[in-house]
Amino acid sequence: MPRKLSLLILLMFIAVAIAPVAAQDEEFVFGMILVGPRDDNGWSQAHFEGGQYVEETVPGAKMVYFEKLNPADAPETTLLDVVTEMVDQGATVIFTTSDEFEEDTAGAAAAFPDVTFINVSGDDAYTGEAAPNLSNVMGEMEWAKMIAGCAAALATETGSISYLGPLINFETRRLVASAYLGARYCYENYAGKDPAELTFTVTWIGFWFNIPGVTLDPTEVTNDFFDNGADVVISGIDTTEGIVVAGQRAAEGQSVWAVPYDFAGACEQAPEICLGVPYFHWGPVYQNIVSEIQAGTWEQTWDWIGPDWMDINNPDTSAVGFIEGTGLSEEDKTSLDAFIAEMTAYATDEANADTFFLWEGPLSYQDGTEIAAEGEKLPAVAPLGEAPSVWYLEQLLDGITGASS
Amino acid sequence: MRTRSMVFGLTILPILASLLITAVLIMLVGADPRAVFEKVWEGAFRDLRSFSQVINFWIPLTLVSMGLIVTFTAGLWNIGVEGQMGMGAVFATWGALTLQLPPLILIPVEILLAMLGGGLWAALVGILKTRLKVHEIFGGVALNALANIASIYLISGPWQPAEGGSVRATPPFPADALLPPMSPDFGVSLLALVIVGVVIVSVIVALRGTRWGLQLKATGKNARSALLLGVPTGRSAMSAFIVCGMVAGIAGGYRVLFTYGSLRPLVSGGIGFLGLLVVLLVSIRALWVPLVTFIFAAILGGSTRLKVALQLDASLAGVLQGFLVLAVLFSNGLRERWRETNPAHLSETDIKTPESLKADR
Repeated sequence: MPRKLSLLILLMFIAVAIAPVAAQDEEFVFGMILVGPRDDNGWSQAHFEGGQYVEETVPGAKMVYFEKLNPADAPETTLLDVVTEMVDQGATVIFTTSDEFEEDTAGAAAAFPDVTFINVSGDDAYTGEAAPNLSNVMGEMEWAKMIAGCAAALATETGSISYLGPLINFETRRLVASAYLGARYCYENYAGKDPAELTFTVTWIGFWFNIPGVTLDPTEVTNDFFDNGADVVISGIDTTEGIVVAGQRAAEGQSVWAVPYDFAGACEQAPEICLGVPYFHWGPVYQNIVSEIQAGTWEQTWDWIGPDWMDINNPDTSAVGFIEGTGLSEEDKTSLDAFIAEMTAYATDEANADTFFLWEGPLSYQDGTEIAAEGEKLPAVAPLGEAPSVWYLEQLLDGITGASS
Repeated sequence: MRTRSMVFGLTILPILASLLITAVLIMLVGADPRAVFEKVWEGAFRDLRSFSQVINFWIPLTLVSMGLIVTFTAGLWNIGVEGQMGMGAVFATWGALTLQLPPLILIPVEILLAMLGGGLWAALVGILKTRLKVHEIFGGVALNALANIASIYLISGPWQPAEGGSVRATPPFPADALLPPMSPDFGVSLLALVIVGVVIVSVIVALRGTRWGLQLKATGKNARSALLLGVPTGRSAMSAFIVCGMVAGIAGGYRVLFTYGSLRPLVSGGIGFLGLLVVLLVSIRALWVPLVTFIFAAILGGSTRLKVALQLDASLAGVLQGFLVLAVLFSNGLRERWRETNPAHLSETDIKTPESLKADR
């Protein structure tokens, strides 16, 4: 009996000790899982800073993160292990910021039905495969890639633009195609040159970042671009090799330029030859999701979010933007601004809902298959196999040199 | 007695020393080392769920390490073990994605396929070594790269899901193709544990008590003398590679059939290289392998919690591990030197020459 009593007293002590912690616990913990390092000047850093934005703008919000979750960097752990630890730290919403996490996120969502999962760039919520506590979100990078292509076409002196591609899938194909459409349009309409003389080449390195001995080396590929007559490189990979090599070449006295990718600060690698950077700004997107969850109004969605057309670089509202680089000449900057204004007019016209600027017929695949007839607009997304769409682009467009599959 | 305490000291001291150095480092970056060690401990041993994470890393690490014991015994640097894991994973993936069999047959077939993949890849290193005189380190490095290229090609090409998908992994395997976990809380495959047990015992027994084991040792100690004494060294080396490759193949198969449930690029994840380190650390003493791999698995597995809870740099666990390795190697060196200067303590069993091996027979 005394033993039971002492146990009871002990339990009471523990309860008293825990209670205040629980009472003052008004912080809102969210998890951020990154595939690369949080300071990669690219894809992962953009997400990490999106998380920091939420911490700054949402009272009580606290981020727990895990960087470099991939079989090579963290072979000892899996997404489910990391999610378990984050839930243990109090996380109620977890952002899994890579399409690599798509399948594992589905598994984690099933294992933790009370936690909300946001998988970036997947399509499970669109195809209906997702558990009810799982959403997808992606930015409409296509717009910013068109601006990137336009900037490249304005700057090129040799008429040859190269695209440093990661691996080949729907997303990467449509981004390359967007850059190409922007380039072709500006080469003709702003630079006043013949678009038939524009060379637009993509080389796929085989993965999102360099894996020595496995992928093509992006440094070597970029050097090859410049050796073969290109003078602008547009990067589509997670890391910064494209602009770094262009910076080195420029330091040697060559007239070359680069358009990096993903992260707003990427131009800093070589500002003098940077034409600008198409980037994701996840902060407002994530803030919105966190606020909805806090308010209890969150619902499962598949979101493909465009820029804020009032100001595509507004850090508090725009999910996607393009920061013009200092490598752009005054004249080209004026042209580029005019192009962005044209694009904005298109995008803000109700009649053009669910389509993209420049994605208008005649458009055909590399093998000649027509996907949009003269004057016809390609839909932004349509179920795969039923109709061609930008989201599910099955080949590169006619006019681009490089592999479609 | 003095010798034994000396040896014991030289084993325990490096562990304490590396913990101390890491603790100082942690304090230098402004964190509390006690909290760090506490988080790692919790991360590994908090509950069944966290413990299963440790075991799930321990399984492939122990498998490759036991395999490497065999090649090291034969005096071979099987750097290609990563590629052997990778090919084991690729072969198992082929089975999981294409074969339509009841689970009771499918799973053993997948494991056999994994052994076949790893064994074949190791045999290539062996052929390069024994027939074409290409050193196994060079052959291994090349075949590692080829295995990675092959798996990325398969993921982004033939095994890409019909709807395209991310190209960062194959589609998830059907449930019947996966190794079942023991329970929802303890997500560890019983079959894999049994296989690890069998591999540990077989390797120890084979190396200690069979003619094959003695031939491997003879080849490893002095291949030239062994050959002159009638040991078929080429065949020994070849068989060591193949055995190691088959075991590494199982480890690779485990990564896809259990850990991930799909094939991913670089699925071997450096576990093979870590295995090389383990075997060097234990000076090729097979009995120590399961313990040392367990320590590594606990530190690395536990570090997941460390990273999430304290947001310390992801490489901290790697730093601790690195110091551990350095300290053990350092103390091994000291021990060697101490033995050299105290030859009286040399025992018969410490140094095995081909002659003494022959006498053993």
